[in-house]
Amino acid sequence: MKTYLAQRLGIAALTLFGMSIVIFVLLRLAPGDIVDILFSTGGYVNPSERAAIEKELGLDKPIWRQYLDWLRNMATGDLGKSYRYDLPAWEIIRPLFPITLELATLAMIVAVVLGVPTGVISAVRQDSMLDYVLRILSLAGLSMPAFWLGMVIILVLVAWIGWIPPMTYVPATENFRLHCIQFALPALAVGYRSSALIMRITRSALLEVMREDYIRTARAKGQGERTVIWSHALKNAILPVVTVIGIEFAFLIGGLIVTETVFNLPGVARFLVQAIAWRDYPIVQSLVMFTAAIVILSNLAVDMLYGVLDPRVRYGSG
Amino acid sequence: MAAVSGAGSAATVVPAARPSRAGAGTTLLRFCRKKPLGAVGGFIMFLIIFTAVFANVLQTQDPIATNAADTLARPSAAHWLGTDHLGRDIYSRIVHGARVSLLVGLGSTLVASVLGGIIGLLSGYVGGKTDLVVQRIMDILQGLPLLVLALVMSAALGPSIPNVILAISIPIMPRAARVIRASVLSIREFQYVEAARALGLRHLRIAFRHILPNTIGPFIVLGTAQLGSAILVEATLSFLGLGVPEPYPSWGRMLSVSAAEYAQKAPWLVLFPGIAISLAVFGSNLLGDALRDTLDPRLRGA
Repeated sequence: MKTYLAQRLGIAALTLFGMSIVIFVLLRLAPGDIVDILFSTGGYVNPSERAAIEKELGLDKPIWRQYLDWLRNMATGDLGKSYRYDLPAWEIIRPLFPITLELATLAMIVAVVLGVPTGVISAVRQDSMLDYVLRILSLAGLSMPAFWLGMVIILVLVAWIGWIPPMTYVPATENFRLHCIQFALPALAVGYRSSALIMRITRSALLEVMREDYIRTARAKGQGERTVIWSHALKNAILPVVTVIGIEFAFLIGGLIVTETVFNLPGVARFLVQAIAWRDYPIVQSLVMFTAAIVILSNLAVDMLYGVLDPRVRYGSG
Repeated sequence: MAAVSGAGSAATVVPAARPSRAGAGTTLLRFCRKKPLGAVGGFIMFLIIFTAVFANVLQTQDPIATNAADTLARPSAAHWLGTDHLGRDIYSRIVHGARVSLLVGLGSTLVASVLGGIIGLLSGYVGGKTDLVVQRIMDILQGLPLLVLALVMSAALGPSIPNVILAISIPIMPRAARVIRASVLSIREFQYVEAARALGLRHLRIAFRHILPNTIGPFIVLGTAQLGSAILVEATLSFLGLGVPEPYPSWGRMLSVSAAEYAQKAPWLVLFPGIAISLAVFGSNLLGDALRDTLDPRLRGA
């Protein structure tokens, strides 16, 4: 177990290291840098001024030097300075995290609450009309862009009750009710999509388990169908469901990028898009590395959870 | 073997192709009967391909021409789905948007499948250290959500259709590589591969002529499954202004900031492009599910 964990952490570190190279090189490939953007808004390029700014930001050094500098700073916890705001990157990013985390958690709750029960119902009523309807609904959820769903939700609210949700961020301390409503709408739009995946995996895992002998034994013992499903079958079907939930949680950030943009919530995901547009390398690099770390660690956490949920799972050295 | 070598020489393939073509017809019919949802998906995809091919015939107005006198017009006989803030006809733009969506969707799925297929094939066939290194590189590419990597890549490459295709196919590629590698690992152990090796055939020939054709099932399944997400990612990138550039009418771009701004006054600006995206993704998802169940029962849970 311990060697397995050490091995996995080693691979995780290696992956993150590779990611740092990929992202660094990719960003430097991008046409134009912050200096171009600053000057194009100014409209006039003075070569000596330009060189001064590039020197100040360290953009005049060769790429490999810039990369090594960045790695060394990251190792000491210094994420660099935002080009655009002239503030430490960490100071800019930090207040954004709670917003994205809150949204992601709410969306995940929506996804699980919608996805698991519908998956169970769909599996129990396999090939019935209800099963078909639920499956089509979940597939529709997978097919609709979450940001479009968000726009439609806003439109429907305006058309039906003539009310526009607040389009500027309302902190919970300021107006709790409005804050909840503001987060509930995007959480619903994003959560619906994730619930589709959870529903599908719950359904197929449960169907697989329901065919096993011990389920027949439980039924033969005279146990009620409800007990058989919820406490016998679901317990063994939950493993793949947990995997999907874990992976989805990390991947939610993809869905949040556009949803935060549509609902104008100042979270990490929306800020990433802005930072990319501004070629604000330190911010983009930090955010991408954070995202990668979250994805890799949640994958690891899911694998570790297996051992807790299913005692049959043993961690070998392979 | 016969099917593989037959592809090259027309003379031997003609008599064999006859019954197999009749078989394809009945297979299609049986597929429709057993997988009605898959058939619906296939029909939707057919409609969208038809629209994309005949966009010039189906359009009622020039999709790019602006008309200052007729901005934000309601859906009417002249403009079936209304006009946008520049007076462009939404219906004609959606019809042409099918071209962009399909081109980028199919293009990136194809590039991802071919690249990923070759990588997975070689990685699985060669094994050992090569396999280990390739797998770690795939880990890196999968360490970010698809959209985040596509976003950074398309920003780095700049907005153009080939760049968008590349920016979407690279993040998808590891999935293709994984699936093909897994099936190569099992096929590699078959006796006919051993026989080919005993005959002294070169490795590349064994890999491409003897193993690759047998991975075609998972390959098709994967391709259809990825098509939906590729279309979705394209729409999202274009929505953010990082995808397909103006003046190409792209469904995602039609939904972007300007649409959101006028959404209250002209809801059709938001509704119709979104329905088009959803329909295209829905169709390929339905088809992909059905193909998976039919061609590759092992993946049913995935």
